[in-house]
Amino acid sequence: MADIKAKEEELNFTKEQFNLTMIPGKFARFLRNCVIYQFIRFLIINLKMIIVVRKSH
Amino acid sequence: MARLIVMGGGVSGHTTATFAKKWLGDEHEVVVVTPNANWNWIPSNIWVGVGQMKKEDVIFPLAPVYEKAGIDYRQALAVSIHPDGKDGSDKPYITIKYTGQGKEGQTEELEYDYLVNATGPKLNFDATPGLGDGNGQIGPHTVSVCTADHAAHAHSELMNIFEKAKTEKQKILVGTGHGMCTCQGAAFEYIFNIEHEAKKAGVRDNLEIKWISNESFLGDFGMGGLHMKVGGYVVSSKLFAESLYSERNVPWIIGAHVNKVEEGKVHYELLDGTMGEEEFDFAMLIPPFSGVGLKAYGKGGEDITDKVFAPNGFMKVDADYTAKPYEEWKASDWPRTYQNPDYKNIFAAGIAFAPPHIISKPMKSPNGTPINPTPPRTGMPSGIIGKAVAESVTSMIKDGPESAHIHEASMAEMGAACVASAGKGIFDGQAAAMTVYPVVPDFEKYPGTGRDTDYTFGEIGLAGHWIKHILHHLFIYKAKLKPGWTLIPE
Repeated sequence: MADIKAKEEELNFTKEQFNLTMIPGKFARFLRNCVIYQFIRFLIINLKMIIVVRKSH
Repeated sequence: MARLIVMGGGVSGHTTATFAKKWLGDEHEVVVVTPNANWNWIPSNIWVGVGQMKKEDVIFPLAPVYEKAGIDYRQALAVSIHPDGKDGSDKPYITIKYTGQGKEGQTEELEYDYLVNATGPKLNFDATPGLGDGNGQIGPHTVSVCTADHAAHAHSELMNIFEKAKTEKQKILVGTGHGMCTCQGAAFEYIFNIEHEAKKAGVRDNLEIKWISNESFLGDFGMGGLHMKVGGYVVSSKLFAESLYSERNVPWIIGAHVNKVEEGKVHYELLDGTMGEEEFDFAMLIPPFSGVGLKAYGKGGEDITDKVFAPNGFMKVDADYTAKPYEEWKASDWPRTYQNPDYKNIFAAGIAFAPPHIISKPMKSPNGTPINPTPPRTGMPSGIIGKAVAESVTSMIKDGPESAHIHEASMAEMGAACVASAGKGIFDGQAAAMTVYPVVPDFEKYPGTGRDTDYTFGEIGLAGHWIKHILHHLFIYKAKLKPGWTLIPE
């Protein structure tokens, strides 16, 4: 019988200290490195940071 | 002609001096006293520490920049402040001891009309036995990324570990080296950069990477944690941080006061009073910060250091230093003008001012050992405070002390942006981009979390890398006073 492997994001849940948190799955990991999505987020994060800078002065 | 002396040439001192000189022009004198020959963009030291940047990429010489700006630069250590002058003269002055410019070891008295203390922190390695060398410098057992030189050394040691990890298991420990440390964010960023580089080098499987810190929970960051918008939820930074560590298989020891460091081993005490040991082959432990040890003397030479400075060596300003329980702490305890209460011509900016209290909930072990992070004062607040102080001093000089407009910049009304990278590539690696507004929580204004969750957010992805690259080049450009530098915000 072939070995059944846990999904990558689920492997670390087997360790007690990591068991009660959240670990991103395949789609979330894809979005983190998707250039088009990240470019949009880049614009949004910059806008928010500029607002925070303006509010701080 | 009035003379402003700025002690310190870091983010805050450099901001104060350069803006003050721009606004005051040649009619008045601005002097910078700093023992350093170079300016350092400290956030990028992390990349130096993993070999993604060279030391030369994060520093530049101060002398030509100050010469261009018309600022009188003294490469010297500020030793003492004499705010009442001395016998025979009411003119206040400081004493300095040169560390460069061909005058090494020489001392001098410099009179001032206005004084800004932006000396930053002393890296107090010796607070933990074995973390320091007993002479105020880092000891031989661990590394640091607090200065560009430290980071370059850390990289060299890390490469030795990576080399060994090709054939045998190695243990890496990163975090804080004392129960009263701040700057967890730097260690947080460094540990994930190590993890990322280890994967790239193909040695991750042979590395046990562990976090140790004085935070009572992961994600405290010296700000009592924060609640931020992530993916449509408002979540605690505890969950955010635990997720990052768990995803990368990095276990943690928290609530730890490292009380002794020896070759390959740290000893620590936990918040529950138990003692532990942790072995390592490579450890980067942030030291606690203290004031730089400036002394203050009265007119007759009497020691008035306690009047001007708090016990931790940081300068007293317009904060509410009344001792009170955690439940009574308020945002209004925090300083607004950074003006010394006794000497109105003295200000403290950046890390040099004494906070009224910590931000995180104070904690002690049953043995009475305080174990809690101290307040962070990162680049953005330090720069904003430095600029506000420059505006205040400029107004005092131009409009007179009585009619001057004293500018305000409370950390309870300002935000901070933090980009913690894991890697440096344009198309690989990830960074956590976070903003917090305000740095000091204000539960009267924001009763839920103490902060505005519209502007307190965290996000992980490539975009953070791009922002960190931009910030690196932008702030070095600005610090070099290149065309348009005043348009770049702090």
